[in-house]
Amino acid sequence: MFELEFMRNAYFAGTLIAIVSGMMGVFVIARDMPFMAHTLSEIGFAGASFAVFIGWLPLNGMLAFTTVSSVLVGELSGSVQSRREAVISAISGLFIGMGILFLSLSSKNSSYATSILFGSVIGISHHEVIQMTFLSGVILLILLMIYRNLKDDSFDSVGANTNHIHRSLISIVFLVMLAFSVSVAAQIVGSLLIFVLLTLPAASAKYYVHTVAKMMGLAVGFALFGVWVGLYLGYLTNWPVTFFIATIEAVIYALALVFNAVRKTSL
Amino acid sequence: MSETLISVENLSLSFPNHPVLTNLSFKVNRGEFLGVIGENGVGKTTLVRIILNQLRPSSGEVRLKDGLKIGYVPQFRNVDIEFPLSIKDFIALNFTGIKLPWLSKKEKARIKKVIELVGLTDIANRPLGLASGGEKQKAYLGQALVNDPDLLILDESTASLDPNTKQELLDVVLRLNKQLGLTILFVSHDMQLIHKYPDHYLWLRKGKYTTGAMSDLHNENQEGQYV
Repeated sequence: MFELEFMRNAYFAGTLIAIVSGMMGVFVIARDMPFMAHTLSEIGFAGASFAVFIGWLPLNGMLAFTTVSSVLVGELSGSVQSRREAVISAISGLFIGMGILFLSLSSKNSSYATSILFGSVIGISHHEVIQMTFLSGVILLILLMIYRNLKDDSFDSVGANTNHIHRSLISIVFLVMLAFSVSVAAQIVGSLLIFVLLTLPAASAKYYVHTVAKMMGLAVGFALFGVWVGLYLGYLTNWPVTFFIATIEAVIYALALVFNAVRKTSL
Repeated sequence: MSETLISVENLSLSFPNHPVLTNLSFKVNRGEFLGVIGENGVGKTTLVRIILNQLRPSSGEVRLKDGLKIGYVPQFRNVDIEFPLSIKDFIALNFTGIKLPWLSKKEKARIKKVIELVGLTDIANRPLGLASGGEKQKAYLGQALVNDPDLLILDESTASLDPNTKQELLDVVLRLNKQLGLTILFVSHDMQLIHKYPDHYLWLRKGKYTTGAMSDLHNENQEGQYV
């Protein structure tokens, strides 16, 4: 399997994606933002189709669209939690519409749309792998820098109010990091299913371990397991890798819920 | 004469068409255990928010001692049953700042010490979401203590607890006050607790207030104005 260059690229990229998604996912769950992660994925689709339309690499279009829209969501929803979901719906609707428009305007055929939406293992070039490595490095570096404040703001927003943390800045920085993560992760799982890696591993990990560091570690583990096994099964069967990854992560989450229910009855 | 930590002078705050605090003056000295009492809506939490610099008064001023470190236990917390962090990791959240992500030896030692102070050593690794109401309040107290404050503000920390648990929590607070000399500002509408624990009081009523040593409150109470 590894004698094929695209499989080597896919495994390398998949590993990066799993590490970034697992770590970021812990904060996506703590900040109650799975819907935002899902929306950014859809916006990523619009960005990729825009890129195809004007002849960029899809990754660059995704980066541009997701970054701009994440800042927009942060600014428009402000501190009003209940408004956030409606703002997200408005922005995501607008962007998906644009994505469909750009795809129909560009001359590429529908199989290109399929690979943006559902991911593609074969599509990852050496150049994209380098760009993904760079982006992942940036995300992890920022994460390490703001780790303590992000942790406080995400897990104890009430307490963070009195800790002299610039909460709105943290919120915008986090959204931009999330936009980067979505664009990176979309390369393999596709824009429709990125949120699977950004939510389920972290949502499962929180039932087993109880420190932020351990949750990040376990979430990365769950994501890696899904991506590695998914790629292998995809290679064996020629079925879509995304299907395997989504199924594996869903099963891991279901098992975590069962574990939690059993623990509750034994307490 | 002990050192003054907070000095409030002629403080007033009005929301549109609705005065909340009128011409309030009092001091909090080091080592004091001050009970702030009053019915719901008289401005107790508003006063706390002004002291914490989260709200600006309409007039008057609040002077804090230079470099005063305040530990604050808020009234409401968004911790549900699925809250995943252990009590220990929750307490560590208050070590904020743009610093190395992992805790230093000194910080770890402080967390251990604080967990002992609030009496949670046995369950320090249990998820906070699965802790009882009293254990949660102790964890919040521990988090507020972790940066070694001069003054601790508790806003209705006992409101949701049963009588025994209230006493247990306040015994911990009293020990912090008597043994470690920590200054306490305890906000509550619970007259019984206010009689039992603080050594001074500040009683807020609509548009007026009284303040003094606890013995004065006993006299004032015999006039039967507030039960």
